[in-house]
Amino acid sequence: MQFDQLLQFSLSGLSTGAIYALIGVGFSIIYNATGIINFAQGEFVMLGGMLTLFFLETMQLPLWIAIPSAVCVSTLCGLLFERLAIRPLREATPINLVIITIAGSILIRGISMLLWDKDTHSIPSFSGDEPIAIGNATILPQHLWILAITLLIVGINRFYFYHTISGKAMRACAYNRRAAGLVGIDVKRMVLFSFMISSAMGGVAGIIVAPLTMTAYDVGIILGLKGFCAAIIGGMSSGLATVVGGLVLGVLESLGAGIVSSGYKDAIAFIILLLILIIRPQGLFGKAESERV
Amino acid sequence: MNREIFKYLFFALVVLITPVFFQGNYLMNVLVFMGINTMLAIALNLLLGYAGQISLGHAGFFGLGAYISGVLTATYSWNPWFAMSFAAALVGISAFLVGFPVLKLKGHYLAMGTLGLGIIIYIMFNETVELTGGPSGFSGIANLSIGTLIFDSDFKNYYLIWTFVLVTVLLSLNLANSRVGRALRALHDSEVAARVMGVNARLLKVQIFALSAVICSVAGSLYAHTMTFIAPPSFGFNFSVELLTMVVIGGLGSIYGSFLGAALLTLLPEILREAKDYDIVIYGLILMLMVMFMPGGLVRGVPELFRKITGKGGGNA
Repeated sequence: MQFDQLLQFSLSGLSTGAIYALIGVGFSIIYNATGIINFAQGEFVMLGGMLTLFFLETMQLPLWIAIPSAVCVSTLCGLLFERLAIRPLREATPINLVIITIAGSILIRGISMLLWDKDTHSIPSFSGDEPIAIGNATILPQHLWILAITLLIVGINRFYFYHTISGKAMRACAYNRRAAGLVGIDVKRMVLFSFMISSAMGGVAGIIVAPLTMTAYDVGIILGLKGFCAAIIGGMSSGLATVVGGLVLGVLESLGAGIVSSGYKDAIAFIILLLILIIRPQGLFGKAESERV
Repeated sequence: MNREIFKYLFFALVVLITPVFFQGNYLMNVLVFMGINTMLAIALNLLLGYAGQISLGHAGFFGLGAYISGVLTATYSWNPWFAMSFAAALVGISAFLVGFPVLKLKGHYLAMGTLGLGIIIYIMFNETVELTGGPSGFSGIANLSIGTLIFDSDFKNYYLIWTFVLVTVLLSLNLANSRVGRALRALHDSEVAARVMGVNARLLKVQIFALSAVICSVAGSLYAHTMTFIAPPSFGFNFSVELLTMVVIGGLGSIYGSFLGAALLTLLPEILREAKDYDIVIYGLILMLMVMFMPGGLVRGVPELFRKITGKGGGNA
């Protein structure tokens, strides 16, 4: 394996990894606020891409309006999902919670299929397709967009969680929901916020990746699962650890696809998932906990 | 206990005479599928309903049974019965070995771990093209036979498959009412309490996981030998979810509930055939509404609903 190839795989791996990171952080935010693994997370990624397409082609809006609109609508879907499916079930068993989010994802996927179609669509890149050379490797402008937007969102997230009242309240919920409720934090509202934030992040991820990978009603499943792998590598942290987890996953996957075979690309992510779950359930960077429930 | 036996005999009788009404009908084919799904749902229910351990990878074991059986008979011309037993043994041993690390996980983590396992198996079916034919599927699998009786029609397959179902039901009922069954239920309610009472929780979980995988593998072999053609999409993540749905809709921890769930979910696509593309939406909606309004499944929800309606009626009058 030559250095150039290695560089090329790593570069393209980084941008896919950034997408996984965004989705993974969304997973973690909900998990930390509620203890729920939201299997519908990937569907918001799909919604981001499909809605952008809808606003671009059906509504004939320019890209810079279509994107925020798509983010808004997918956030709205996240809000509705929490209100209609999650909140009525807060006391349910973990198995029923897993099933309700799976049911939600099937429903969202089905409705999208009916609203649009089963075809795969492409979305134009944000700023052309002229490759940029880095050493002997090349990347597309869209890769840069992905990395920049991911960085920006991670930055905003950091600011929100550490420097605003509402973000601190959400962290309090993650530490101890009961105690947070006792000091006057509206836990229900924080749960709602967590769903809105992560569906917005999912939507953004779906939008920025769509020009590279195309989009269709069923892209959410696998992207969602990869995002979850990233979150597991990061030990379900809603911060930097999961971002690094996503990047590591993206690069390993890209290298694996280049060196081993592209067919096994998806298997790599899940093998990593299993290994991490079994060997280091607290994540690559986390401290050991007595029990993960 | 007598009631249990009566229930079982009634179930067996219904199974036995049902074909009389459907002979020559395409529904016979649906009923064959229903039998396979019933076996799978019971297998998952043993794990989920009795031991309280979720699995989102059971379609993988189903697929392993189907592919091992299929490849051994078609490519290496093994005797189908022998291939089926070999597949069951191999899947059982593998599940037992994999079970130790995987079943250490709990709740959502277990869901994700088993899901990963299922997807890895699924990818293997797709990628080992020389062996399995990859995405285009694998054909030419021999039918099962006893002496000169070859199971090559829906009618014959019906009795073949449902015999297996009846055996599975009997085994599961026995298991549920045995010492092991009680230990499993203790495990389901509280693993710590069960361990304090002297239940070897870890081993028990792995054993039930392996048993569940073996039943899936047998169902997979039966599927391969009756269909004679198999392809990866039948064994993917979606099917694992469908199995989970059957168990939950029927009712966790109820063997006959699993049958109900499997029956409903096998018939639903036939009924919704008119609805075409709407089926996925209806499917998601049913699943969601079931969990919200009947979290105990049909076997508990329907009698409760009945009580509510009659109870209210009585109160008003």
